[in-house]
Amino acid sequence: MQTVPSRLAGRAMTLAYERRTVAENLTVAVPDHSFTIIIGPNACGKSTLLRALARLLRPTAGAVLLDGGDIQRRPTREVARVVGMLPQSSVAPDGITVADLVARGRHPHQGLLRQWSRDDERIVAGAMADTGVADLADRPVDELSGGQRQRVWIAMALAQQTPLLLLDEPTTYLDIAHQVEVLDLCARLHEEQGRTLVAVLHDLNQAARYATHLVAMRDGAVVAAGEPRQVVTAALVKEVFGLPCRVIDDPETGTPLVVPAAPRRTGNRHQPA
Amino acid sequence: MIVLRPPGGRSLRLRPRALAVGAALTLLAVVLGGLTLVGVDRPAPDVPAILAGGGNPADRFILLDLRLPRLATALGVGAALGLAGAVCQSLLRNPLGSPDVLGFTQGAATGALVVVVLGGGSLALGGAAVAGGLATGLLGYALVGRHGLAGHRVVLVGIGVTAILSGVNGYLLTRAPLTDAARAALWLTGSLDGRGWVNALPLLAALAVLAPAILASGRALRMIELGDHLATALGVPVGRLRPLLLAAAVALVSLAAAAAGPVSFVALTAPHLARRLTRAPGPNLLPATLLGAALLVAADLVAQHAIAGQQLPVGVVTGVIGGSHLVWLLAVGRRSGRL
Ligand SMILES: Nc1ncnc2c1ncn2[C@@H]1O[C@H](COP(=O)(O)OP(=O)(O)OP(=O)(O)O)[C@@H](O)[C@H]1O
Ligand SMILES: [Mg+2]
Repeated sequence: MQTVPSRLAGRAMTLAYERRTVAENLTVAVPDHSFTIIIGPNACGKSTLLRALARLLRPTAGAVLLDGGDIQRRPTREVARVVGMLPQSSVAPDGITVADLVARGRHPHQGLLRQWSRDDERIVAGAMADTGVADLADRPVDELSGGQRQRVWIAMALAQQTPLLLLDEPTTYLDIAHQVEVLDLCARLHEEQGRTLVAVLHDLNQAARYATHLVAMRDGAVVAAGEPRQVVTAALVKEVFGLPCRVIDDPETGTPLVVPAAPRRTGNRHQPA
Repeated sequence: MIVLRPPGGRSLRLRPRALAVGAALTLLAVVLGGLTLVGVDRPAPDVPAILAGGGNPADRFILLDLRLPRLATALGVGAALGLAGAVCQSLLRNPLGSPDVLGFTQGAATGALVVVVLGGGSLALGGAAVAGGLATGLLGYALVGRHGLAGHRVVLVGIGVTAILSGVNGYLLTRAPLTDAARAALWLTGSLDGRGWVNALPLLAALAVLAPAILASGRALRMIELGDHLATALGVPVGRLRPLLLAAAVALVSLAAAAAGPVSFVALTAPHLARRLTRAPGPNLLPATLLGAALLVAADLVAQHAIAGQQLPVGVVTGVIGGSHLVWLLAVGRRSGRL
């Protein structure tokens, strides 16, 4: 592997839950200032990897390195100022309002005597505006639609204002326009503010379009990592997802576009009368 | 929401409604406490004069050795139960996850009953209650353990543990000497009759230490309500904090049980009512504490005076109030699909 600078990396990790080992000897580096996107089939360990990188899961072997040191040795609060994480699914406490929930993203920057600074106020307002939930500020979260809720959670993660941000399937529940909006927002954060983003996505074409660094996983192992153009090939999609396909150029951006092969038809499809 | 920003980069966030609720509850506790001290007898003792050192010996005895420690016990027990209930419900993310449902209270009672049967002073009683509560907590933790603390499982295990311990307590009662058995049976309903400073002081001392520590972690508790993963990602050391907070809550509940017996339902009810009143999400620790204190003093007044010429144990009153509240909670929760 080439040695690009990387504040956050997992080295020879074994990731396991109680009785299930998800990955062994897994090594991943998140290049600084990249928009890294992780793809792979269900249950291959994407969320597990993200949890380890965010210090939510302790590797049973190997280590996650943050700025060169073992992340487990760093205090929770200190890590929370550097690495932000949006889990795949979260449940909001009963009756909490949107503004209240997004404001909780500021927790690692607050204290008993610093409960709500002007910065907090400005950043929370900004995060809600960026995700288009400012209008919902006073609504209870449990009364929102799935997509609205997802954007509120993203706003919370943004309010944390960490240089590294890990997003587990940020586009689930979103309609296509909002998917693009969220991904554009991520791209802007990465381009304009130099933040490092890691996202798990299921849409290969979006992944290929937005990623500066693409990681393809299967069965707890990294199958390929690098520029989307090098990673997304028909052979790799077949290997990782078991899906025959053609890869063509995205007419908009020139990035790889995966077109699944049509299943062979039996010829006697029911036609509408 | 009001934000105070004194110079020096500090900032405080205050909710006017929560403040008003807190003030109202404090006022209520003071008024009810005053009623407890003054009593309903005629002529009423001159409370200010006695507190200042005057008054006749009989009145002094009634006020300083009977009513004042009784009030102190009531306030302490109510506050401890309200606070511990709010902590547990918040930690377990379960409106039913209160110490009495989880069996801690019964466990404390078992510990205390053992001392009643074997004989021992009030210090031993307090110690045994705390030991019983903590042991129950550990047992529950072991039974639920790695399946995670949120969800129905904790409550179901707690109900089972409570049932077992009630059986054990019943057995212990049959083993106690006859005179002690009557006293112990009364104690098991939760009662403030004849409570002296010796009952109140250990609890008040524990409250003085634990309450500020717990209140200071209120912000972390609010984050834990988001789930362990998010709370950790947002900088709360959940793995370290949860056992500490649970242990503190169990200690408070156990000492409350040592002081007044296992007073039922205050720990379950106070946090809910507090949340309804403040309409603020989160554990509402301070409002729940104040509400618990006010509730218990009120229940004790009712217990003393509801039936002329007869004193009810305070646990009977809180049981009636809290039981109705629980039924209502289950009915509403069922309708809104949350339970
Ligand atoms: N909390 C858990 N306890 C035990 N096993 C788990 C847990 N979470 C995930 N697993 C298991 O670990 C494996 C990897 O899960 P993971 O959630 O990392 O997959 P994923 O790649 O994110 O899948 P998806 O695309 O469906 O989100 C799966 O086999 C899953 O069953
Ligand atoms: Mg996942």
